[in-house]
Parts: sequence; C-alpha cells; structure tokens
Amino acid sequence: METILEVNNVVKQFGGFTALSGVSLNVLQGERLGLIGPNGSGKTTLINCISGAYTNYQGSIRFDGQEITPLQAHQRTKRGIARSFQIPRPFSSMTVMENLLVPFAFVGGKDGPEQQKEAMEILQRMGLADKAFVQSNQLSQVELRKMELARAMAAKPKLLISDEAMAGLAGAEVDEVLQILFDLNKLGITIIMIEHIMQAVMKFSQRVVCLDAGKIICEGTPETIVKNPDVQRAYLGD
Amino acid sequence: MKYATYCLLIVLGFLGLSVMSSINEYVFFAGFVILQFVILATAWNILGGYAGYVNFGVPAFIAMGAYTAVVLFKSISAPLVVQIIGGGILAGALGLGVGLLTLKLRGIFFSIATVAVVFILETVVNNWRYVGGATGMQLTRPPDLWFFESYTRMLFFVMAVLAVLSVSIARYVQDSFLGRGLRAVRDSEEAAECSGVPTLKIKLIACTISGALMGVAGSPMPMYLSYIEPASTFNLSYSIYALGMPIIGGTSHWIGPVIGALLLATLQQIVTVTVSNELNVLIVGVLLVLFVVIAPEGILGLVKKWKQSSK
Amino acid sequence: MFSVDLIFEAVLFGILLGCFYAAVSLGLSVAFGLLDVPYVAHPALLILGSYFTFMLAKTGIDPIVCGVLLMPVFYLIGIGFYRFYYETFEKRSTETGVRGLAFFFGMAFIIEVCLILFFGVDQRTVAASYIGSSLEIGEYRFPYRMLVAFGIAVVLTVVLTIYFSKTFNGRAIKAVGQDEGALRLMGANPVKIKQLAFGIATAINALAGAMLIIVGPVEPSMDRIYIGRTFCVVVLAGLGSMSGTLVAGLVLGIAESVVMMAFGASWAPAVSFGLLLLMLGVRPQGLFGR
Repeated sequence: METILEVNNVVKQFGGFTALSGVSLNVLQGERLGLIGPNGSGKTTLINCISGAYTNYQGSIRFDGQEITPLQAHQRTKRGIARSFQIPRPFSSMTVMENLLVPFAFVGGKDGPEQQKEAMEILQRMGLADKAFVQSNQLSQVELRKMELARAMAAKPKLLISDEAMAGLAGAEVDEVLQILFDLNKLGITIIMIEHIMQAVMKFSQRVVCLDAGKIICEGTPETIVKNPDVQRAYLGD
Repeated sequence: MKYATYCLLIVLGFLGLSVMSSINEYVFFAGFVILQFVILATAWNILGGYAGYVNFGVPAFIAMGAYTAVVLFKSISAPLVVQIIGGGILAGALGLGVGLLTLKLRGIFFSIATVAVVFILETVVNNWRYVGGATGMQLTRPPDLWFFESYTRMLFFVMAVLAVLSVSIARYVQDSFLGRGLRAVRDSEEAAECSGVPTLKIKLIACTISGALMGVAGSPMPMYLSYIEPASTFNLSYSIYALGMPIIGGTSHWIGPVIGALLLATLQQIVTVTVSNELNVLIVGVLLVLFVVIAPEGILGLVKKWKQSSK
Repeated sequence: MFSVDLIFEAVLFGILLGCFYAAVSLGLSVAFGLLDVPYVAHPALLILGSYFTFMLAKTGIDPIVCGVLLMPVFYLIGIGFYRFYYETFEKRSTETGVRGLAFFFGMAFIIEVCLILFFGVDQRTVAASYIGSSLEIGEYRFPYRMLVAFGIAVVLTVVLTIYFSKTFNGRAIKAVGQDEGALRLMGANPVKIKQLAFGIATAINALAGAMLIIVGPVEPSMDRIYIGRTFCVVVLAGLGSMSGTLVAGLVLGIAESVVMMAFGASWAPAVSFGLLLLMLGVRPQGLFGR
C-alpha cells in the first residue's frame, strides 16, 4: 500500500510554548489509524497542522506525494483532506442538506439537483435522511456528530480525520458512529481517529500512535500499545 | 412573474412618477434620500448580514463616492454617469483595502478599522483645498436634464435605477455560490474553511461589492445638494441608519434591508421635519437595540413566525 | 526644522496627555482586552461620566471628588450592562458577533443622542482651583489640570496593576478571559467574575470622565474621537496587558502632541486612528499582547 500522508519532523510553537516537538508519522492509504494521548499532548494541534488550520509550523507535511505546507485549509480540503471538529461546528442557520451543499459547491464545484441526490445518499448512510430539511441547530448531539462526518464526506476526501467524534456519547451512540467510520473506510477512505474511548480505538484501529507532551512515545498495534509502559505512564502518571 | 420583469415594471413606475408634473417637487427631494438609504442598507447587508462583518464606517464609503464625483466633475466636467461609476470603483477599492488590512482578524477589529477610515479620510478632506476643505464648496449643476422637468426629478429617477440595480446585485450574491459561502463564513468560519470555502477571498469580494455600492449611493449627493462639505458627509449617524435598517428589516434576505430602509427613511423624513434630527437618531437607536435583543431576525423573522403560528 | 525646545515641550506635553489617554482606556482594556466583550460603547460611557460629573460639580463639590462619588453608581451600571449582555447574547452564542456589536453601537448612539437632547450640543466645563493656572518650571508651563489628570492616571494604573496581580478576584479576572474551565475548577464562578470586571471597568469610566472634563471642555459627540483613542491604546498595548496600556497611552500621547505641533490641530484626530490601522496591519497582537 502507498503512503498517503507523510508528516516529517513537525514542530509547532505558540509563543514560548512548544506544542509539537518534532513529530514524524506516515499513514498508508486505506489505513485505519488511531491517535491517542492525554489531554494537552498535542493531538488537536497535530490535526490542525495537517488540516491547515495552522500553516506556520516547522517541518514538512506531504499528502498524496506533494508538499502541502504552503497550502491553506480550504486548498487542502480540495486536495482531499477532511476533518470533523471536536465540538461540532454546524452551519446553524442552514438545514442539514444545505450544510452538505457547502462542500459540494466549494470542493466539487456544483450544488445542483445531482449533488442534492448524492447528499441524500450520504445522509442515508449516516441515518440522517429524515432530518435532511431540519435546521441544523435543532439536532441532538449524536445527530450533530453524524452531520459533521456527513459534511466531511461531502468534500469527497481521501483522508478523513475524525477528532473525538464520539466524545460525550453513550454506548449505543458510540457504536453507531463507529460503524459509520468502518463503512467509510470500506469505501477506501483513509481514516485517522482521535479518541479517548479506548474500546472504540482498539476495535477500530489497525495501528495506534500515542502522543504525549508533543512527542510520539509509542506506535504499534492496539494490543502492543495497551501493554506499553510509556503509554500507561502517560495516562496514569508515575 | 420573473424577477427581471418586476424590476422593469418598478423602473417604469418610477419613470412615470418622475414625469408627472402634478406631483410636488418635495416628493422627489425626499424620495432621493429614501432611495439612497435603500441602496446603503442593501449594500451594508451584503457584508454585515450575509457574512457577519459589521461595517461602522459607512460614511467613509459614501464620502469616497461623493468626493470622487466632485473631483471628476471639477477636473473634467464628467457627466453624472461617469461620476457614479468612478465613485463606485474608488469606494470598492477602499473596501478592498480595508478588507485586506483587517478581514484576517476578528470581526471587531474590522469594525473598529472602518471607524478609523472615516476619521482619517475626513481629516484628509478637511485639509484638501481642491475639494473645498473643511468649509466645503458649491457646485453648479450642469444644464442637461435629459427629458425631465427638473434636476431633482432626474436625480430621483437615477437613484431609483441605482436602487433596483443594487437590490438585484444583492439578490444575485445571495442566491449564488458566493451567498452560500458567506453564510457558511458567518455561521462558522473554521468549518467553512475546512469545507473548501476560500474564506478570505469571499470576505474580500463581499467587502468590495458592499463598499462599491455605498460609494454609488454617495456619488449623486454633490449634484443633489449643489454643495459638498465634510462634516455632514462624514457624519457617523449614517452608520446607525445603514446598520439599523437591515437589522430591523431582516438580514437574511435581500428584501429585509429594503423594508427596513423604506420604513425608517420615511419615518426619518417625517420626524426630522416635524421634530428634530436627534430624535430620529434616538428612535432608530432604540429600535435597533430592541430588535437586536428581542427580534434578531427582524421584521422578516417576525412575519415568518406569525405565518408559522397561524398555520 | 523644528527647534529642540519645541519638540521637547511637545514630548513633555505628550507624556502628560499619554497618561491621561492610558487612564481613560483602562476600562476598555479590562472589558475588551480581558473579557473579550465588544464594548464599543465604552467612550460613550466615558462622556456620560463627564456629564454626570458636570451636574454633580454644580453643587460645589470638587470634580475629582465627584468622579470618585460616581464610581459606585457606574459600578452598578457596569454590572447591569454585563448581566444584560450575558443573558441576551453570550449565553445563546448564536451569531453573537453581529448582535453584540450592533447592541453596543446602538447603546453608544442612544447615550450620545440623549446627552444632546438633555444638554444640547454646547461644550460644558467645570471649574476648580487647579483649572486655569499652570506650573512654571524654567521656560516650560505645565497646566495644573494636566498634572492633576496625570496624577490620577498614575494612581489608577498602579492600583489596577496591583489589584490584578495580587488579589484573588483580580487574578481571577485575568484568568477568566483565557481559561474559564480552570477557573470553575478553582471554585470561582466565571459569570460573577466577569460581572465584577465589567463593573470595575465602568466604575473607572466615572473617574476617567471626571478627568476628561477637568482636562478640557466636553460635548456629546466627543465619544466618536475617543473610540479612536481608546481602541488605539488597547490595540497598541495588546489585549490583556494592563501595564502595556500605560506604555501605549504614552506612545499615542507623544505622537499626537508632536503631530499637533508640527502640522496643526486639524491633523490630531487622524493620529490615533492612523496608529490603530498601522498596528492592525503590522502587528495586531500589539506590543505586549498574548
């Protein structure tokens, strides 16, 4: 399998604080990668660097064989990187359907009846079809999370970064979202999942990377990671 | 009926109005101001309502249009149409400039920057004798009236055409991909960026169009007054009107600013003449605060709610 | 071109002026710099403070004392304002940007127009023993009223800096803008803290308003030029920096004074706004900001 994402020695500082100190990571096409680490370890910062929310970091990030560091976030989205947000950010004045039409219009270039049909298909896959014409600020938490993923899918990504899509959800809801991510991966989309819910990460990931204090401290299969003493120390303390 | 047909009918209606001799001249005099506010409110809403960036510096763009017209008129005796186009272009450039400087920052910095532009431009104009400086200058209207009875009637009709054009532009922006992108930016700029919306470019486009239209509203003013001077042209009260009218009318649709402008500008004509200018500012200010607190979607929102509840 | 004497005098006057500008911007530094409230009505409240001082001073009380007496009243007004803003806008957090800005802009206009309707557009002044005469040192004259304002400004800045660094509430105010969650964990209620901060910010405006009318005549539309001066100081300082406010005030004061000397008073309004635009374009986080 080819490498779809190459993160090379990325360093990100905020004033005097170093959030990422030399992170390097390769992601294979079609892979399911889990990204874990305690709060403040730099997971969201790393995601922000990959998605382009931050463009002034040191190091290089290559996607699909090309350097993307000079590109802004919307340009990276057009190249095929999509992300969902930890705290859902719906376009609250729009219906669910209109939310999806934004990436269709700006990534795909069209937002006509064909795209509306495609959007309905995406919503059906997510179990949101009946809410298509409801205003997005009336959705429940789990529906908002699903819409986040649906909207990311409307951008037709090659790589989807799911940032704690299951945070705060209850048991059955977690399984729902997890199943959605599995189904998306079956379509060929590479998925990086950031999650705190360990069972979800273990079930989903083929490979897990653990971040702590801005550095990767461990990489391996879910079973290896769980047994790793550095990981245990990072989460539980000394 | 198609929208274009509506526009044609409205323009013809205004034309008919302008040539009816029996109508008092004052109607056209006041009508000019009301139409000017329709343009200003519509222009403001393209950036403020659609994108969520609040322009406090409306007089800077009006003045840009007005003083460009003065310079063009004084230097090359430019006809009205050229004055208007020139004013629009330069005011649009001003919008682009302010946007480039501040639209990368948070909304409030853009707003404060627009106030700054008002004062800086006013200071420049105050010290520029070619356009009359702080005391202002008189202007003689050219004799060409086309086929109208009076210059005021002609200006009234020109304003009507400009108003229809402005509203049409706002409608086009709203229904186009530009409008979709602006709404996304307003609702969540981060999510918009990640959905492929080139947020900075879109904001700049909206800011330029908005500024240009405000300049277009200002360009006929020197000919209308036969006079131009900085203090009234740069009056910050224009901002409270240009911002109050769309908010009170409703910011999500192009018809909101039109409703707000027609209502409030007509009220302004009545109150200013019968009581005082200050009282009118007070009324608009109080209405603005009331609507922002109680009915943020404006009159349009109230109508929508009333229609839903009576189903 | 200009004699060293003239420049020196302009700079000295600028220092006095600058401290005054810093003092009138302190309230905004707290409300906008620390709390992120789009408090564009701040200058209008400043002028309101001046007019209240004017009215109270008619009873014979010294204007500075009037300012101090008005502080509790303004404190309550500030708390009310914030409470209202919070309940109506911040809590619901939908499109707060436009609505919050429009609200405060509308309030500013309402205050200005009410002042015009009540007092008319004429300038108002107060009288005191220190207004009208100057201190003469060598060839230089320092108007006493400017020295008084300078003194108050220094005292205010020192008191506030100590308050924000040494007291629990003060430190909580500094923290609440950056990490509400952590504050909650420490047992402090973020809303009450922000309310307190806003009350303090508005109370400062009472005293600052008194200073304003001591330093010169006041008229209702002055809030417009002070939007430029106060926001210039706050942006120049950098959001969240109290001590930076003093430095920024000095920069503005000296700049304005020198420009006035070199080009005349008609260019003065452009200085604060021009400096503001320059900072926004070149270094938006200000000199000391986070």
